[in-house]
Amino acid sequence: MCQGIIRRNNELVFEGEHTDPASFFLSVYRDLGFSYPKFHKMDNLCKLGWLASEVLLKDDFDLGRYEPEEIGLVLANHNSSLDDDTRYWETAKEAASPSLFVYTLPNIVIGEICIRNNFKGEHVFYIQQDFDADFIANQVNYLIDNNILQACICGWMDVLGAEYKASLFLVEKQEGGQSVPFSAENMNAIFKAI
Amino acid sequence: MHRRDIFVAADNVFSPLGTTTAENFANLKQGITAVRPHHDPNISPQPFFASLFGKDEPLIEKPGDYTRFEQLLIASVKDALLQCDVKPEDPKTILIVSSTKGNISLLETEEFSPTLQERISLNTSARLVAKHFGFINKPVVISNACVSGVMAIVTGMRLLRTGHYEHAVIAGADVISAFILSGFQSFQALSPGVCKPFDKTRDGLNLGEGAGTMILSASACYKDHPRVKGGGISNDANHISGPSRTGKELSYAINQSLKDAELDAGDLDFISAHGTATPYNDEMEANAISLSGLGSVPLNSLKAHYGHTLGAAGMIESIISVRSMEESTILPTIGFNEKGVTKPVSICTSLRQTKVRNVLKTASGFGGCNAAVVFGK
Repeated sequence: MCQGIIRRNNELVFEGEHTDPASFFLSVYRDLGFSYPKFHKMDNLCKLGWLASEVLLKDDFDLGRYEPEEIGLVLANHNSSLDDDTRYWETAKEAASPSLFVYTLPNIVIGEICIRNNFKGEHVFYIQQDFDADFIANQVNYLIDNNILQACICGWMDVLGAEYKASLFLVEKQEGGQSVPFSAENMNAIFKAI
Repeated sequence: MHRRDIFVAADNVFSPLGTTTAENFANLKQGITAVRPHHDPNISPQPFFASLFGKDEPLIEKPGDYTRFEQLLIASVKDALLQCDVKPEDPKTILIVSSTKGNISLLETEEFSPTLQERISLNTSARLVAKHFGFINKPVVISNACVSGVMAIVTGMRLLRTGHYEHAVIAGADVISAFILSGFQSFQALSPGVCKPFDKTRDGLNLGEGAGTMILSASACYKDHPRVKGGGISNDANHISGPSRTGKELSYAINQSLKDAELDAGDLDFISAHGTATPYNDEMEANAISLSGLGSVPLNSLKAHYGHTLGAAGMIESIISVRSMEESTILPTIGFNEKGVTKPVSICTSLRQTKVRNVLKTASGFGGCNAAVVFGK
């Protein structure tokens, strides 16, 4: 999900105008027919991550196959929550807004996705200079190989000012019909193609 | 399959209570708190209680262009490295940094620009600290609210278990400025005095600044040292700024950490709780501890000594727990007077000299995150 375009398994899901992130996220939300009132309270990073996870999981992900504790997230970005941090600090000079302050942590987006899907497993948010697919793959493999998780959403989501990019991968221990082997190379190729 | 043992090679706590772990522990044993009333209009229009370094107090000899956050990391890592043979320049050594807000105070004084954006980035701070000591490998940075420190230790343990590295230098720090303070004030989460963990009249938390460094190693040179034995992490999937109603999810993380450590509840002699002294956190934690069958295990919270040091809390409190184990000394929970949680928990009220075989450290935070780590001999 980047520059007005959303792709899923290499298919175009949505193409909109390259407007500011908030307007773009709202047009995606409306066009794809989502109904989740909490969405409107979220900051841009959470909107981006929430929409990307909804697109990732739509149609063929069978949540019922797993216990809540068997699904987790391993995410990373460059700018942490700086997009919301700057907005919060603008208000804090006059009157600090708790509804903006709560989003001044990058892992809040993990909380939002967990609340939406009732995921209760292990999760972590890393800050990286650039998307480090090798490191992410190692972390996810540890969780899957040690049966800490049976399914994991991993990848990148970053937003600052006018720029945004999300690239998410669903990794399952059990091989599915359309699945491809999980590797840093595959993640990198997809990440760089968008 | 044989799993490698991971040892605590060295550590440092750099806080307003002292610049070494030993100095911190001595002050904790005497019941000293660094939480004091402050009235500094640069940080807050209202007076507040917090554990802060003196504003003009130099943290390192040559501060140069390092921010206070970076100086804290450098001061703490430097002291820890002096106590062991782990070399930053070893290709098998990794640096892990944990923080919630890093250099965010720069937003308060500087005009926002692409240069400032990069100066604030935790990537920049981690790179500068890595360069200062000569670490070769790209540092790992974790920013996951108040469980960042515990997560960093669990991450380090695993990177050594899998053989990716032999040594991990894990450092956590946070600095308190108007940004963070105003946010907690807007949540009405701050206590008007020194906080009172698990107490009936608890009325909120105190903020604190500090750093902690734990150096882990898989090398047999450290085989007589305490070990990090297991970790567990979970999410409440309930609310982004309030904890679980049941504590089931933290309990799950605790159980996972025990399973990972190949221990039972009965093997634990002490719990270092998160114990922020907010009404909801402490109640949730007591629920979780009780659900995990740990209601009779002695427990403390150090928040009335240090305040909540955010991304450093898991580090500092883990290091003090390990020191408690080594010195067979369980510290009391200052600020606590009368039990104010519904489930049974065994809160330490006086200094106890007792054998501690294994210790559990827990943490929970915004975003519904929970983490637990077990240390043992």
